[in-house]
Amino acid sequence: MSIAPATDPVEAVKAKFSLAVKEVDYFRDETTIIVDPAQLPAVVRFLRDTHGLIYNYLSDISAVDYWDEEGSYEDRLGRFGVSYHIYSMLYNRRLRVKVFLPEENPTVPTITDIFPAANWLEREAFDMMGIIFSGHPNMKRILMPTDWDGHPHRRDYPLGYETIQFSFNIEEILKHKPFAKE
Amino acid sequence: MVADAPKQFELDMTQWQGSLDELRGLVSERAMTGETMLLNMGPHHPSTHGVLRLLLELDGEEIVSCLPDVGYLHTGIEKNIESKSYEKAVTLTDRMDYLSPMSNNMVFCMAIEKLVELDVPERAQVIRVICLELSRIASHLVWLGTHAIDMGAMSVFLYAFRERELILDMFEMLSGQRMMGSYFRPGGVWRDLRPEFLPALNQFLEIMPGRLDDYERLLTGNPIWVDRTQGVGIIEPDVALAWGVSGASLRASGVNWDIRKAMPYSGYETYQFDVPLGEHGDVFDRYMVRIQEIRQSMRILHQAIKKLDTAQGGFRSDNRKFVPPPRTELGQSMEAVIHHFKLWTEGFAAPDKEVYVSIESPRGEIGCYLHGTGGNKPRRVHFKTPSFMHIQAIPVMAEGHMIADLVAIIGSVDIVLGDCDR
Repeated sequence: MSIAPATDPVEAVKAKFSLAVKEVDYFRDETTIIVDPAQLPAVVRFLRDTHGLIYNYLSDISAVDYWDEEGSYEDRLGRFGVSYHIYSMLYNRRLRVKVFLPEENPTVPTITDIFPAANWLEREAFDMMGIIFSGHPNMKRILMPTDWDGHPHRRDYPLGYETIQFSFNIEEILKHKPFAKE
Repeated sequence: MVADAPKQFELDMTQWQGSLDELRGLVSERAMTGETMLLNMGPHHPSTHGVLRLLLELDGEEIVSCLPDVGYLHTGIEKNIESKSYEKAVTLTDRMDYLSPMSNNMVFCMAIEKLVELDVPERAQVIRVICLELSRIASHLVWLGTHAIDMGAMSVFLYAFRERELILDMFEMLSGQRMMGSYFRPGGVWRDLRPEFLPALNQFLEIMPGRLDDYERLLTGNPIWVDRTQGVGIIEPDVALAWGVSGASLRASGVNWDIRKAMPYSGYETYQFDVPLGEHGDVFDRYMVRIQEIRQSMRILHQAIKKLDTAQGGFRSDNRKFVPPPRTELGQSMEAVIHHFKLWTEGFAAPDKEVYVSIESPRGEIGCYLHGTGGNKPRRVHFKTPSFMHIQAIPVMAEGHMIADLVAIIGSVDIVLGDCDR
């Protein structure tokens, strides 16, 4: 059995999914392919199963929030980014497949049927960033308590300190702080 | 008058708010009718190595399904890092995987160095390799001790901790701290090796091989140990890959993937060492792979000590845009004062871009995803931690085994809950 020579993942994905690829970014020897969220499972499956690519190991799923005080995520494709870091053991190289998701409905199809390892990583992204992975078998919080309100890793979620209570914001604060049950 | 009788404490089962329906689809249908038993293991069970909770569905003593529940040790380290400048955040990373803090420091520093393109001098790289391999040995010793004590071998635990203490003493010489040293900094390490460090390291390398033989004499040929571990918790190579298993647990299944070899960092390509592999992927192979890894780490340490004599450069980069100047410069150079002030008040800026780096920690692949903002604080840091992936894979190994075997399996994949929950 011979091993197929390595092919360029960007060219291969562009040839197969010409409409799904939105951007390609090279930075510090890392390649990022930004794709259409709806096409993500197809792209990942293609990258895993095609000769010359064989990205057979899912390293990480990281979600990032581009919100900031000035509200300047306008020049990006969406408020949230979800990066899938996949690795090819055969050709010893990494690839980042990234999707951008809108603020109103951050939903992306799950890839748990392609990589079972994505199960908890997707739950973590849901828990921390509020990304919804449609089709996930068990979309529940994993690190935070089940009754937690909000998604802590969003940039508009305050870090650590207590908000000072005034009459104008007390209702907003009490919403986040349920009293202990008798 | 007779005093009131003390009020009896009553357990009111009707107050239980939970429902089996929450578990529908996660446990078998037999649990719904009460044919199998649902048993809670942890989070305070000693053999779950920290605060891991497992919900077990049992048919007699056999595990039908196993649902891990994590998050009890979640401390929001990633969120906290977003509010700190890059150099200050290094101290937080120590607290994730508290058995090998140096690996966490390393992966975070490497991510920063990649993001801002900061070079590390050769000597600093060698010092880093020494620290990484020492912490690999220390972490494997804790694993060995706790794994053995789970299976009833008390003495190995005491011996392993005795040797680990020697390593912690060396870490104290380096950084002033036994465990959470924060010794690695962007661009190198905090300070140079102390004069007493190398004699201590040489002495350690002299006594350790004999001690390792002692452990092996106690365990490897021990019929009880072999009975308890061989053929237990088998995970096939393709299944292990699909579930994201990495490190020694993956290599025990026969997959030759060590990031030190595959994507060398910190000069690992210049060291001679072997990657031990297992065949069956059971608990015994995971044990053997880790024992041999300790021997390989000592091989690397011997070479690193030789390299120290010839390695060029200092213990930290001279790039003053990222690395503060030493104290001695402050009295003589105005520029040094400015750099010192800027770096300790504001820190350095990193581009609004993302990088991902990963290294081989004692537990497996630890990865760091770092996204800058263009300013002095990161936008997002995400650690891909090996324990998180390994706990996810425990049900795959455990289903169909007895509860006693589950204890062996949890011990063998070497999980740290601080690493998992972050």
